[in-house]
Amino acid sequence: MQRIGVFVCHCGTNIAGTVDVVAVAEALKNEPGVVHSAEYQYMCSQAGQDLIKAAIKEHNLSGIVVCSCSPRMHEATFRKTAAAAGLNPYMVEIANIREQCSWIHKDMASGTEKAIILGKAAIAKVNLNTPLTPGESPVTKRALVIGGGIAGIQTALDIADAGFPVDIVETKPTIGGKMAQLDKTFPTLDCAACILTPKMVDVAQNEKIRIFSYSEVVDVRGFVGNFDVTIKKRARYVKEDICTGCGLCTEKCPQKKVPNEFNLGMDNRRAIYIPFAQAVPKVATIDADYCTMLKTGKCGVCAKVCTAGAIDYEAKDEFIEEKYGAVVVATGFNPISMDKFDEFAYNQSKDVITSLEFERLTNAAGPTAGKLLRPSDGEHPHTIVFVQCVGSRCEACAEKGKEYCSKICCMYTAKHAMLTRDKYPDTDVYVFYIDVRTPGKAFDEFYRRAVEEYGVHYIKGMVGKVSPEGNKLKVQASDLIAGKQLHIDADLVVLAAAIEPDKSARGLATMLTASMDTNDFFTEAHPKLRPVESPTAGVFLSGTCQGPKDIPETVSQAGAAASKVIGLLCKDKLTGNPCVAQSDEMMCNGCSSCERVCPYGAITYSDKEFRMPDRTTKIRRVASVNPAVCQGCGACTVACPSGAMDLNGFKNNQIMAEVDAICKM
Amino acid sequence: MQEVMRDKLVAKAKELLTGGVVTRVLGWKRGEFCYDLTPGIFKSADELDKEFDFGDFAAPNLSKYLIDETRKEDGKVAVFMKPCDTYSFNQLLTEHRIDREKVYVIGVPCEGMIDNKKLSAAADGIKNVAVDYENVVVETLWDGNVTVPRESVLAERCLNCKSKKHVALDELVGYEDEITECNRFDEVARLEAMTPEERFEFWQGELSRCIRCNACRDVCPACTCEKCVFDNPSSGVESKAPSDSFEEKMFHIIRAFHVTGRCTDCGECSRVCPQNIPLHLLNRKFIKDINELWGEYQAGAEVGSRAPLVNYTFDDMEPSEAVERGDKNA
Repeated sequence: MQRIGVFVCHCGTNIAGTVDVVAVAEALKNEPGVVHSAEYQYMCSQAGQDLIKAAIKEHNLSGIVVCSCSPRMHEATFRKTAAAAGLNPYMVEIANIREQCSWIHKDMASGTEKAIILGKAAIAKVNLNTPLTPGESPVTKRALVIGGGIAGIQTALDIADAGFPVDIVETKPTIGGKMAQLDKTFPTLDCAACILTPKMVDVAQNEKIRIFSYSEVVDVRGFVGNFDVTIKKRARYVKEDICTGCGLCTEKCPQKKVPNEFNLGMDNRRAIYIPFAQAVPKVATIDADYCTMLKTGKCGVCAKVCTAGAIDYEAKDEFIEEKYGAVVVATGFNPISMDKFDEFAYNQSKDVITSLEFERLTNAAGPTAGKLLRPSDGEHPHTIVFVQCVGSRCEACAEKGKEYCSKICCMYTAKHAMLTRDKYPDTDVYVFYIDVRTPGKAFDEFYRRAVEEYGVHYIKGMVGKVSPEGNKLKVQASDLIAGKQLHIDADLVVLAAAIEPDKSARGLATMLTASMDTNDFFTEAHPKLRPVESPTAGVFLSGTCQGPKDIPETVSQAGAAASKVIGLLCKDKLTGNPCVAQSDEMMCNGCSSCERVCPYGAITYSDKEFRMPDRTTKIRRVASVNPAVCQGCGACTVACPSGAMDLNGFKNNQIMAEVDAICKM
Repeated sequence: MQEVMRDKLVAKAKELLTGGVVTRVLGWKRGEFCYDLTPGIFKSADELDKEFDFGDFAAPNLSKYLIDETRKEDGKVAVFMKPCDTYSFNQLLTEHRIDREKVYVIGVPCEGMIDNKKLSAAADGIKNVAVDYENVVVETLWDGNVTVPRESVLAERCLNCKSKKHVALDELVGYEDEITECNRFDEVARLEAMTPEERFEFWQGELSRCIRCNACRDVCPACTCEKCVFDNPSSGVESKAPSDSFEEKMFHIIRAFHVTGRCTDCGECSRVCPQNIPLHLLNRKFIKDINELWGEYQAGAEVGSRAPLVNYTFDDMEPSEAVERGDKNA
């Protein structure tokens, strides 16, 4: 029989406000195994912990139940407390009477009743707890960064700076990401390329960093400290180590009609191409979808002009397997599709563009060499309407758009408006907005300059409709402050499209068993206190894959993710989780269900000889779990048809005891 | 009426035994009554001559018996299998329950088996039975010869036969056939269309007759645990006869869950139920759901296939879709 101590926390009024903590402590006193029950203001405080330690010693407790906040908050705290008093830390159970009880109940009676039930369930479980001892596992001292935008670049540079090898996997032929497509950056208006490309060069020159461009992660196995990752290097039909990046092939390629994705399809590139001048790695890539040689076997111009002999039409996808100790996700964002926003005539007129397209139009390396010209006729636009929040801050029930604020649009639109007025003072610039949001260092000053010094017309209200008429765009909008309808004949309409996580993120999250929110942004381990860690150990988050961010924020988060990775890779051994699966060989029927569902490859089968009651022996195929590899996810315990698999710390009988305790009410 | 006759199978079995290919034969044995064929092991030509039988009552699916038989001694076991039995056999191979090397599978074509419970209801005092394609002529103790249409006494699983093709085979006696089109989910659809109250009443009516004889579990080729949870005193759910209306349903629903994705719909559970409970409908409901939620899946169609519930693919539906669908059906 256990000797159980129950400790009920008030959490100030967080719990005590809607739960009668004294009544809870009193009610739990008579539960089986309970020899001591107490309540206290803040159990997690030093005084609270001392109270627990003293009780463990005084009452010779063999297990404790702390009725407090979520185990995600303080389970570790109380386990340490118990260990300090000589109790096995896995003899501690937390009854979550805060998040799952006091915070969601309004009246004391029902809150108290539920807290008592939760306490009883935890006591029922502790009665069946056994002391557990964790094992250790080694750490592979190499990090993987998925995504080579500014977030991935900064994370990789910081990790490499600490002396650990890093691999960057980037799906595009070059690293650089969205930032490489931008023109100027707010609020200082320095050129994006001027500050990004030196970092890209740093990455290329860093001995600790390998770049797998035109590649993707196709399989992840293992766990923190020991990930086994398969990277698919897509065939680029150009030998990376031989190509000098001279670009001759990209000038001679006869296939000229390939939409240039770097310029968002606003001009064309060749079938063999280098995305932009400062690409890293600076090697050409053949686009197999357009290359005449690859499609029909007739052409071969690039191979003829290549003096280095780097062209290889026979190239195949390569699969690289590598071990990593930590994985950083930096998969970034994309503007959402404008297909559902017919009211803005994006698909009807070339002169309705997204802000990212506007960046390319004003970029010296863009399709117009930096001259702001209308895509339709190449004329200089005299009236430009910027529409904010296109697809951002939509109602939850809306069929299109996102509920969240994309965060960067207010600032880049101010930038676009200001730059336009600066370069082309003869241009009228209107910005339609719901709110202008400028929290950030020197952000509001920046926006006010656009309004006050550059004479940008900021109008609170939304654009209702854009209709192309002749070479004009009739913009119908409302001015909410003046309370009137506006009709503007615009030459160019720029839509601040909402941003969304890159589509690759969802598949990746599944491979990494990392969780996502409903918008497919990666979830952080704690929204305030662990913002760069995913809840999955060893998986870290960098940049916009976690939520909308501007460049300064992305870079600081990237550095933070790097520091977490470094902290992990510095360790030689990781203390494991003793809550691992175990197979009862007497019940196992060898069906392999568990082996197939195990995401970590922790289960193996062997033929074993068993003595039978009638003194014969029988050879049976049975499962065994490698505790160093098992992560305690529990998938095998539910897949096992015989109930032979069980999870230490969450054994079937413990769970059943909890359920029984709840159902007895 | 079976195309292939008993004597042909006996000859094949003798050939394998005398040729040393196998050391024993798993087949059907004459029982107490002419309509009562039971599984049996035959080790000699003599035993085969005396006891082996095959015909319209060779209903038992022999695949499950291979688990114990292959472990008993060395040497191969020859086994006769109807098309639907081979699905169970494959599923057992998938679950590593049988060593394929120790089995010699002889496929037997099947024209459908007669349900002896239906037959007993149609005629009292059965002495002998003669079957042709159209009719079953029953020689009875008291009523002379009673003739009933064959289809009226065919087993439900044969009326809704899902396949006449053997999916596992070392040798075929007779002709080869194809996977059949069937309407086996119609009855499930009818239950789905009921209101929850009606459905509850239906199952309450059926399952309350259960006497917990465990025949369904014992015969089920998917129920092959070393120790069944319902026999395990430490499981906390071990019991005999149900003590209340909840337990009546619990046993069968838990059993259906346990075999989900592994049940080949062989129909043995309903065949052996002494209380005529249509247990196969529970399993078919799960199969229908799996087909609808994750695409067609037939357990045992191939060795090593992974049931959707223990597999993951990127285009799997989201759990929320199942929840919404459940709400609609409720």
